[in-house]
Amino acid sequence: MNRARLVRIIGTYGVLIALAALILFGFLRYDRFLSFYNVMTLLRYNSMFALVALGMCFVIMTGGIDLSVGSVAALGSVASALASPYGIVPGLAAGIGAGLAAGLINATLVTRANLMPFIATLATMQAASGSALLLAGNQTVSVSYESGFTAIGQGNFWTFPIPAAIAVVAYLIGSLVLNYTGTGRAVLAIGGGEDASRLMGLRTDRVKFLVYVASGGLAGLAGVILASQFGAGQPIEGVGWELFAIAAVVVGGTLLTGGSGSVVTTLAGVLLLGILFNVLNFENGMGWISLSAYWQSVIRGLFLLVVVLLQARLTRRRLNAL
Amino acid sequence: MTELPRSYADRDAVARTFDLFGFLSRYGTVIALVLLVAFNLAFTRNFATMQTLNVNLTQVCTIVIVAVGMTLVIATGGIDLSVGSLMAISGALAPMIFMGKILPIGSIYLGVAAAMIVSVLVAGLLGLFNGWLVARFRVQPIVATLVLFIAGRGIAQVMTNGNLQTFRVPEFQWIGLARPLDIPAQVIIMAVIVAAAAWALKKTLFGRCILAVGGNEKASELAGIAVSKIKLAVYGISGLCAGLAGLIVIAINSSSDANLVGLGMELDAIAAVAVGGTLLSGGKATIIGSLLGALTIQLVRYTLLANGVPDAAALVVKAGIIALAVWLQQQHRG
Repeated sequence: MNRARLVRIIGTYGVLIALAALILFGFLRYDRFLSFYNVMTLLRYNSMFALVALGMCFVIMTGGIDLSVGSVAALGSVASALASPYGIVPGLAAGIGAGLAAGLINATLVTRANLMPFIATLATMQAASGSALLLAGNQTVSVSYESGFTAIGQGNFWTFPIPAAIAVVAYLIGSLVLNYTGTGRAVLAIGGGEDASRLMGLRTDRVKFLVYVASGGLAGLAGVILASQFGAGQPIEGVGWELFAIAAVVVGGTLLTGGSGSVVTTLAGVLLLGILFNVLNFENGMGWISLSAYWQSVIRGLFLLVVVLLQARLTRRRLNAL
Repeated sequence: MTELPRSYADRDAVARTFDLFGFLSRYGTVIALVLLVAFNLAFTRNFATMQTLNVNLTQVCTIVIVAVGMTLVIATGGIDLSVGSLMAISGALAPMIFMGKILPIGSIYLGVAAAMIVSVLVAGLLGLFNGWLVARFRVQPIVATLVLFIAGRGIAQVMTNGNLQTFRVPEFQWIGLARPLDIPAQVIIMAVIVAAAAWALKKTLFGRCILAVGGNEKASELAGIAVSKIKLAVYGISGLCAGLAGLIVIAINSSSDANLVGLGMELDAIAAVAVGGTLLSGGKATIIGSLLGALTIQLVRYTLLANGVPDAAALVVKAGIIALAVWLQQQHRG
């Protein structure tokens, strides 16, 4: 009993412990690791991935997957860049609107046409990528600097980066929805057993529909931040974002089979992967080792491997303990 | 109880009427292919030439070879996202060996032989690693192969330091450039692999075991099938196919760029498999279908490009066709 509880605690909070350990390591080893500038830059840059991972987390908790988030973000960035001369609100609306539209297509394909999420979102991924290229005319679309649009990605809310503030609000809402609303509980119930949920009277298709639309909208929002932060709508950006998001969700302890998961640990997963890069950069700066940027993906992959193996052990023990 | 016979009768009545969806889902890929060819014969200039055939076949070869391995993996209910990265690894490794960067080899023939064998084997071993994660630790295939999807390209980039390797070694490049009997060498390789895999899946015990595992893993285990070994084997084969495809790509290009070789290949291969009629949930698979699926997707793209539609729009159309094809197949099953 005690052992089972210990295992469950490690499974849920392992990512938080790892995150704390990594931060402590960085703090002790590098002078400027916890400097204001470094922390704020880190948060600003990773806010996009955090938003995408939040949508992905909900989709995965229903037992689905959304491969389209990366190219939907690219589409959102192009749409918002094109609308940016008209101001912040049209820019935001265009980017999020494009994301919602893509999410709507995913949702329809999954719930109405009953396609497997993997295939449906794979198709949307290609369609969104093509649409982004068409809309942008095969080149990056620079945003307007006069309309104030760049504030979304580059501005500060007092001293806190605005994109990071947006991500924090999104995670707060996500956490509230998951833990305190019927829809949120239904998300987990569907992932745990879809047929059982339907037989119990849950409107499974409606919940799944919402989840995919939300994921699209969040990816669109990430695209707005991308365009605003880097000053251009980028039709070929976002390649591999979906897999980064899946990795973050998995590292955060959410099982890909659905039915369990947490919004907070997903955020921790995003930060963990982000800080891992940061530590690598600092380590290069120390001059002890010199790892090229290419090592980053190797280390990220190894890290994912360790987490996956740990998860496999933990879940097996948990099953045995039950 | 009185309801029962009537419902059987109803079902018979339904079966007797022409099942449009069933027909489309069974022969949809072939029909689409025939329609595409007919359309092109009518509207695309210079379509009925050997050159068109060769261009399309050479472009589709690597996708088909990877899709063969992918079909076997998907038949067991798995998926392999790492194929593109494995292509990059074998594509980065081979030139390093035959150009003598790792250890100098006197004879170029010896060097090329070593390069081909070692790099394909390395890709196969990495495939076995995927299988090991799936079979031994019961990691979900998407996550297990995600590890090498992320790390694999990084390994290839680290190996080459991200640099382009260019070469002009006919002893190696025959694999992508030679034309015995006027047929491109890689088309012959593709045909051999497709034929071998189709035969193995249909006629051998190994093939039937693959389908059994995908159909019902627990039942297969209880029936005495070595499920773990089957899984190891299919991921290993998928790795070998990816390794070979990587060699063909760099041979055609006369260069190897670890950033680009095999980029996005996993999605092309999965799309070909899905359009070809293999169930993504496992248990039912067709190698010839994957070949036809890849050809259909390729021909759609060629048709659009040859008629002046931009590449980006072709992507959107391709996406629609993938979704439509899979939807049609589901109508048949449902």
